[in-house]
Amino acid sequence: MTAAASSNTGLEALYRQMRRIRTFEERVGELFVRGESAGSMLHLSIGEESPAVGVCTAMKDGDTFTTHHRGHGIFLARGADPNRMMAEIAGKETGYCRGKGGSMHIADMGLGHLGANAIVGGGVPAVVGAALVAKRRNSGAVSVAFFGDGAMQQGVIYESMNMAALWGLPAVFVCINNQWGMGTRIDQATRATALHERAKAFGLAAETVDGRDVREVHAAAARILDGARAGSPGFLAVDCYRFFGHARKDKSPYRTPEEEDEGRARDPIAFARAALIEGGMAEGAIGAIDDEVAREMDASIDFAIASAAPAMDTMFRDVYAPGEPEPEPLRTRIDRILARD
Amino acid sequence: MTETLTYRDAIRRALADAMRADPDVFVIGEEVGRYGGAYAVTTGLLEEFGPERMIDTPISEQGIVGTAVGAAMAGMRPVAELMYVDFIGVSMDQLCNQAAKIRYMFGGQIGVPMVLRTQGGTGRSAGAQHSQSLEAYVMHMPGLRLAMPATVADAYHLLRQSLRQPDPVVFIEHKSLYAHAEEVDLSAPVPDWGRAAIRRQGRDLVIVTYSRQVLYALEAAETLAAEGIEATVIDLRTLNPLDFATIGAEVERTGRAMVVSEGPLTAGVAAELAARISEECFDYLENPVLRIAGEDVPISVSTALETASVPGPELIADAARRLVA
Repeated sequence: MTAAASSNTGLEALYRQMRRIRTFEERVGELFVRGESAGSMLHLSIGEESPAVGVCTAMKDGDTFTTHHRGHGIFLARGADPNRMMAEIAGKETGYCRGKGGSMHIADMGLGHLGANAIVGGGVPAVVGAALVAKRRNSGAVSVAFFGDGAMQQGVIYESMNMAALWGLPAVFVCINNQWGMGTRIDQATRATALHERAKAFGLAAETVDGRDVREVHAAAARILDGARAGSPGFLAVDCYRFFGHARKDKSPYRTPEEEDEGRARDPIAFARAALIEGGMAEGAIGAIDDEVAREMDASIDFAIASAAPAMDTMFRDVYAPGEPEPEPLRTRIDRILARD
Repeated sequence: MTETLTYRDAIRRALADAMRADPDVFVIGEEVGRYGGAYAVTTGLLEEFGPERMIDTPISEQGIVGTAVGAAMAGMRPVAELMYVDFIGVSMDQLCNQAAKIRYMFGGQIGVPMVLRTQGGTGRSAGAQHSQSLEAYVMHMPGLRLAMPATVADAYHLLRQSLRQPDPVVFIEHKSLYAHAEEVDLSAPVPDWGRAAIRRQGRDLVIVTYSRQVLYALEAAETLAAEGIEATVIDLRTLNPLDFATIGAEVERTGRAMVVSEGPLTAGVAAELAARISEECFDYLENPVLRIAGEDVPISVSTALETASVPGPELIADAARRLVA
């Protein structure tokens, strides 16, 4: 276990990051209820904070990553500004992608985020490419693909893992196994539920870790990332539970209350909190963290709502590189054609 | 018997009636059974038809479409579902290299009588990978039929007709039409497979369109009528087969045509139709054939940008006014 996770101080930092994610996601839900989000396709990662924080704290500056559509938490754990994230989710010009991408397409090249993705498995092979470049240029960087258990049934995952192993690339595949791909439980999607065994078959270093204790996740991630940095790519499955429905309008009627109670009892934040108290931290001190985080995330909603929608002429920007001609707007075209008479 | 039905209800009814009528019809796709479909189209069908005919799959689009290809070749009538037409990219090989070509490249030995149901279009701020109109990909591919219903009655009848075709049919619904309700009599006669419907007839111009844009064109035509401009609105219903006879006759009668499509302008459905009208009706045209289509950009999550990036009734009416001026 690394120093970051071995002490109560280390755990406090991990707790704070997990709390930031949960509170942010709660505020995303609030943004939707207030009618200020761009649409309802908001996939919250509540219950899945430990894979985000445990893995991201084992990453280094310069490492790159891609995420799935449920990626808010991962990006926050890699240093995202909640204001710009919330603004993107609201479809505002101050967002990370100028209001064009939204919740499922947040990206920031400055922080190594090569993009969230709305195609299941769609972002995984890019990590192989990024790792290929890291190896070729000797940059020392690792590239990490984050995806859900649902993506484990997409063929592109296996093409990607095979090439990463074949070429000894600094790539890591992190499967956040929240047990549910939309309304399909993992054992309804596959008989091979020991997901890391599949990665082993390609020659990757592979483990499954219980996501309840973020310190365990961090330790496993550090092992896998260290190996990858040395040219031995790896795979980490983190077992956790998707506390709520697939997207905002899904009340998950396909799950029993008993199952949900059991899943939510595996709360990594409650677990970390209990461990902090056991380690001597006062409840009031934890409450102070929670309050501080709540203020930070409240401010993100205010920022998003106060921000402007993108200007209409930005519609034609960034289809191609700056300086290249932009597509001709339809109305301009109609004017040109009909003016000929 | 008239009843009030939504577009969603009509598709569900068509699937249920087809499954009752033919034990070889089955549905296969992501969340079609227990979940009842991402847009609640297949709700209740698992209860009636059971898991062997309402097959929930893993998230494996290539496998879903390929399984349907094989099942169709082996004698059944699969209805494969892609939750979003955007996922067609993942399954493109199975659709375009396999389903579309099997009859031809195997010398006519066997066909692939499957239906690929999916939905597309804007209207939910669902972003660049969940809002596209990709029918041009399908229309471009020889061997694939393509149906895109605009009305509740067509949502029912075109799906029933699709399930009687000897070749693969891609059936694309519009996500913003699912809640659209109409008074319909499903026992009333409808046009045959491959025939367009003239939804409104006028002397001044023809608006050729399909799917949600039919409703927008009719709204525009209503506005125009109040100003004394009478437009014909043709609902293509199927893009392959294409009923060019109906289009040609109306263009020859009015001398002006515009084609409206939600998909991107360049090399899109409107481009194909406009080229064909220009070629075949050249002597009758008083103006260039106008293409009104989606902007040549990806769809933004921002509601304002999303709405402005595809045609709406105002744009159609404005263009029509100037075309007849």
